Amino acid sequence: MIDLITSQFPDAISGPIEFRGEQTLVVQPDRLIEVCTFLRDDPRLRFDLLSDVSAVDHFPASPRFAVNYHLYSLENNYQLRLKVWLDGEQPHIASVTSVWPGANWHEREVWDLMGIKFDGHPDPRRIFLPEDYLGHPLRKDSAQFYEEPQFTHNFDLIESQKPYAKE
Amino acid sequence: MSTNQTQVMELTVDDLKEMRGLVSDRAIAGETVLLNMGPQHPSTHGVLRLLLEIDGENVVSCVPDVGFLHTGIEKSCEDQTYMKVIPLTDRMDYLAPLSNNLGYVLAVEKLMEVDVPLRAQYARVILCELTRIASHLVWLGTHAMDLAAMSVFLYCFREREKILDILEMVSGQRMMSSYFRPGGLWRDLPTGFEEAVRAFMDHFPLEVKEYEGLLKKNPLWIDRTKGVGVITAEQAVAWGVTGSSLRGSGVNWDIRKAIPYSSYDQFEFDVPLRTEGDVYARFWCRVQELWQSLRIIDQALKKLPKGPFISNNRKVVPPPKEELAYSMESLIHHFKLWTEGFTPPVGEVYVRIESPRGEFGCYLSSDGSPKPRRVHFRTPSFANLSAMHLMTKGVFIADLVAIIGSIDIVLGDVDR
Repeated sequence: MIDLITSQFPDAISGPIEFRGEQTLVVQPDRLIEVCTFLRDDPRLRFDLLSDVSAVDHFPASPRFAVNYHLYSLENNYQLRLKVWLDGEQPHIASVTSVWPGANWHEREVWDLMGIKFDGHPDPRRIFLPEDYLGHPLRKDSAQFYEEPQFTHNFDLIESQKPYAKE
Repeated sequence: MSTNQTQVMELTVDDLKEMRGLVSDRAIAGETVLLNMGPQHPSTHGVLRLLLEIDGENVVSCVPDVGFLHTGIEKSCEDQTYMKVIPLTDRMDYLAPLSNNLGYVLAVEKLMEVDVPLRAQYARVILCELTRIASHLVWLGTHAMDLAAMSVFLYCFREREKILDILEMVSGQRMMSSYFRPGGLWRDLPTGFEEAVRAFMDHFPLEVKEYEGLLKKNPLWIDRTKGVGVITAEQAVAWGVTGSSLRGSGVNWDIRKAIPYSSYDQFEFDVPLRTEGDVYARFWCRVQELWQSLRIIDQALKKLPKGPFISNNRKVVPPPKEELAYSMESLIHHFKLWTEGFTPPVGEVYVRIESPRGEFGCYLSSDGSPKPRRVHFRTPSFANLSAMHLMTKGVFIADLVAIIGSIDIVLGDVDR
C-alpha cells in the first residue's frame, strides 16, 4: 500500500517511517493537496475518513512545527499518518477542507492553539479561545499557566505580584 | 420579527457582514432573526452556544460556538509524567471516563511496548462496556427528557446508579475512576465484583425492555424523531462523524470490530446499523448497543481468568510494596518510577478506540523525556458537532433540540 503512494509521488513524499507498526509519510507542504486528493480518490486506497489534524511544536528544534494528518480507509481498513514540517514565525499550509470537509474544525483548533495558518480555509476563526485573545497557548514558548509555590525564599517576590484590592 | 415588547439588541450591518459566510444574506437584510441559544440552556447538554438564524420557527442556519469548557487539558498533559496524565483524561468525556483512560493507556502501552495480562484485558472490556451502558443511559435519559418523556430520565439514572456503585467498588470513585494504568489495572478486581455485575445484569434487561416499550413504538416519539436531522453516509464520512451517528446513516464501522484492541476480538457481538440517518435511527442504534454491551459483559465475565492484573515489566509498572522489603532492584525501580517516571523512546503513536460517542483517538509524541512532548486527543463529540449544520437545514427549533440530543455530545469532550 505504501509503495503505491511513494511510487506515485517520488519527489513529494519521503518515508515511510515505521514505528510500532504505524506508517508515517512526510509530505512536501506545496504538494499536500495533490497527495491528499490522490489518497482519497484512488480506488485501491480510498482514504475517505480524516480522523484528525493536529500539530506538534518541536521548539527549539528546527523545523519547528509538524502537522499530522491521521487517515483511515473504511473500505480497506488502512491506517496512515501524513506529516508536514513547517518552520518560521508565521507558518502556513494549504487547507485540506477541499478534500475532507471534516478538517474544518480541526484546522481551526490548530490555528487557535498553535498558530499555524491554513490557506483557503472557509472559516478561519478561533474556536476555543475568545476572539480577542492574543497568542497561541499550546506553543512551547508560551507561558505556563500555573501558580508558583510561595516558599520562604521567594515569599516577598510573589507577595509583591499578587493583585490585592485597593483600600 | 416581534417589535412590541422586548429589548432586541440591534446588530450593526458591519457586525453582520463579518458573519457573512456563516449566516445567510437574509439576516443582513433583516428578514431573519439572529437568536442565541446561549451557553446556559437546559437542552444543549452543557455549555454549548448555538447562533441560530431563524425565519419564524424554522432554522435557516445554525453555527455552534464552542470553547466554554476549554480547560487546556492537552497543555497540562505536557507538564505531567505519563502516569500523572491519566486523571486528566477522565475529565474530558466525563460521562465515559474509563473510555478515555483506556484510549490513553493503550497509546502509552503501544509506545512503551508493554504487554497486558489477559485478566487485565478482560477486566478492561467489562468496565468499558459498563461505562458504555452508563453513558448511553445518560444520553437516553437526557434526550428523552428534552423531548418531554420525563420518566425515562429518572429510570435511566436509577440504573446508572448501580453502575456507579460498581465503579466505586472497583476504583473508589464513582465517576473519575482513573482505574487503568499502563500495563493493566491500578489494583485487582475486588471480591464481590462478579456478584455485583451479575446482579446488575440480571435486572438490567428488564429495564432496557421498559425503555424500548416506552419509546420505540411511541407515536409521539416517532413523530418527533423520524425524518428529523438526516445526514447521509457520504456527508457523515466526509465530516469525520463516527460512532452511532455514523452507523445510523448506514456505514458499518465499529473500531472494536475493525481494529480490535484489548482482546475485543475474542468476544461475539453484533453492530447495530440503520440506513435512514435520522434521529430515530441514531436512537435505535444506541439502544441496541445496550443489548450488545450486555452480551459482551456476559462473555467476558464467564471467561475472566485468574492471574496477574498488571504487567511484570518493572521499567513501567511500580513493584508491589512487599517486594521493596527484600529486593534492591525493586527499590530502585520504585524510586525511579515515582520520582522521575518512565521514559519512552522517541517516537509517536496514534491509537483509536470506540468510545460511546465514536472514535476516540489518542496521539502521543514522545521526545525521550518522562513527560510527553505532545498529547492530542481526537474526541468524537468535536467532529460530530462540526457536522451538525448539515442536519439542521430548515428544521424547527424544537427539532434542533432533538438533533443535539441525538448526536450525543459531551461538552468536555468537545472542548477539552
